[in-house]
Amino acid sequence: MDFDGLFSHFGELTTTGLAQGAIYALVALGYTLVYGVLRLINFAHSEVFISGAFAAIWTWGVLGLNQDSEVSGLGSIVLYLLIAMVVAALASALTATVIERIAYRPLRRHNAPPLAFLITAIGASIAISEAFGIFTRRLPQGVPNLVSNEPLFHIAGTPVRIMEVLIIGAALAMMVGLDIFINRTRLGRGIRAVAQDPDTAALMGVNRDRTILLVFIAGGTMAGVAGMLYDIRIGALTYSVGFLLGLKAFTAAVLGGIGNLRGALLGGLLLGLVENYASGLLGTQWKDFAAFVVLVVLLMFRPTGLLGESLGRARA
Amino acid sequence: MSGITERIRTFRQAAGDRWRAAPRWVRWAVLAAVIVFFYALPNKEFYQYLGPIPTTESNFGQVLFTVSIYVLLAVGLNVVVGFAGLLDLGYFGFFAVGAYTVAVLTSPSSDIKTLWPWLAVVPIAIALTTVSGVALGTPTLRLRGDYLAIVTLGFAEMIRIAATSSSFLKGQRGFNQIPHPPGHYADGRPIFGVLDPRPYYWLVLTLILLVVFGVRNLTHSRVGRAWVSIREDEDAAQLMGVPTFKFKLWAFAIGAAIGGLAGALYAGKQNFVNSQNFELLNSIIILAAVILGGSGNIVGAIVGGGLVAYLIERFRGIEVFGVELYEFRFLAFGVILIIMMIFRPQGLIPSRRRAAELKDRRKEVIVGG
Repeated sequence: MDFDGLFSHFGELTTTGLAQGAIYALVALGYTLVYGVLRLINFAHSEVFISGAFAAIWTWGVLGLNQDSEVSGLGSIVLYLLIAMVVAALASALTATVIERIAYRPLRRHNAPPLAFLITAIGASIAISEAFGIFTRRLPQGVPNLVSNEPLFHIAGTPVRIMEVLIIGAALAMMVGLDIFINRTRLGRGIRAVAQDPDTAALMGVNRDRTILLVFIAGGTMAGVAGMLYDIRIGALTYSVGFLLGLKAFTAAVLGGIGNLRGALLGGLLLGLVENYASGLLGTQWKDFAAFVVLVVLLMFRPTGLLGESLGRARA
Repeated sequence: MSGITERIRTFRQAAGDRWRAAPRWVRWAVLAAVIVFFYALPNKEFYQYLGPIPTTESNFGQVLFTVSIYVLLAVGLNVVVGFAGLLDLGYFGFFAVGAYTVAVLTSPSSDIKTLWPWLAVVPIAIALTTVSGVALGTPTLRLRGDYLAIVTLGFAEMIRIAATSSSFLKGQRGFNQIPHPPGHYADGRPIFGVLDPRPYYWLVLTLILLVVFGVRNLTHSRVGRAWVSIREDEDAAQLMGVPTFKFKLWAFAIGAAIGGLAGALYAGKQNFVNSQNFELLNSIIILAAVILGGSGNIVGAIVGGGLVAYLIERFRGIEVFGVELYEFRFLAFGVILIIMMIFRPQGLIPSRRRAAELKDRRKEVIVGG
């Protein structure tokens, strides 16, 4: 137990934890959206995330950047980031769509038992991550150094880096956008209706399959942006990182209350903080362990999460 | 196309009906012949007549040992997934617990230096895995099935992380000189040596027979009926007075114990255990094996486990267009899982009751689907 380490780096651990937590929160939204509508843990969502992360790296590659390139000039940096973000979001949304069409829709037609969905999801997850692994020869892919690691300003002696501000800001903006989309728009109302009662929604003229697809696309978009942010935060990407990140994002979703959009944000940020504090206290190798302990303790005492399960509804 | 599948289907049905209608002694004779075949299989005098079946790249006896371990694991996982309908994605974690228990208590490189003999540690390993199964199951089995899946998955991954990063479990350096099972031939040579993998295979094969016998009897008992009722409809089972939590925990613990046994056997053969032996994807392979073979059916699980492990080893070292097929094994299993769940969720050799359940569900209508 290294309490000195924890307290002397408390501010630093907090800012990096929040940045990591914002990425968890974005990925957690995908789990929460799909769970809210289909009562299904979209196990393959980690691979939706990883496709976005790879798409961003390859976009930079196509634009002539590699891991050694230094880009100067605010305008071009923002442009590179925006292009990569859009491509990553599209790639992830596409992956999510493909997973929905191939792995889930046929099972819904057969009214398969719930575990069958989970098994195809694992199959899809393994197949996609292995495909990336074979394609990249299982080597880590480098990320161009776009966002500098310089502190932007200090809060009570703790440096706050541009990167952390960027990640948290982008994640918050995406989440506000999603919240407005779900709560204020016509399509969002359809999603909430299907989440509340699929059969009644279908009888009222909501196209169920299209709504479900929309949910996957929305979750995919969030995961794609998360993938791009992950790239610039970590600086390298291996095909197999999606699994653990997906598990943690799921933990974040459960922590906040799965099916609850604002819960995903809260859960993600909390989890990022908890695991960073745990790594300060016990050593970095126990970081992942902490996340898992949170998950088990949570499921034992409050499986509905901090804010409760809901997607615009009171559960029966 | 449909004509062919139809013909295959009627042929299979006819074969199944014939098997069930055959007199008892015929069935016993066929079973005995199959068992004798598998005992004879690792002998070169026998397998050299089998054409392309023996593997070319590695020692066939060694391959058979690996296959037999997978079969044992598949039989164990089948209790959890097939009979009780609990999705355990971290089954290999129990295998790791079993192997590490043996390693820590017997190896001279372990910190506690107990140096106990292998045989004395096996029951401890099984007991510890059972306890870990109960400890993991108690908080999670009360929850919905998909939470269980995630927690078991996390469990296996955390075992791996603990093995890699804790100094007590030695990480990549691992434990060496784990003792072999005891026993000597008449001339004083040890039966379980380093060079000949066949005795290990025979040992595992014998244990598989014992475990299958035990599991089969369980499934035909009150416990087995409770499992099936839980799998079919947990709420209804609960209303009928089945203590569902207790029986789910039983299934989980029995499955864990079998996994621990397999781990102990593996450690005794391999003589070396480190954190790289327990990749997460192995859990998925065993799940794929059970699903492929036919979950809920012991024969199906055996065939699935054997087939999957054997195919992995058979394709090792074979290249097509300059690409090593072995690289694609996990990709292939991912795809197999999807295809099986969509087109044949009951598996290659289905349990008849399970197939009927799935058929029944298909008839229920979905509004606006």
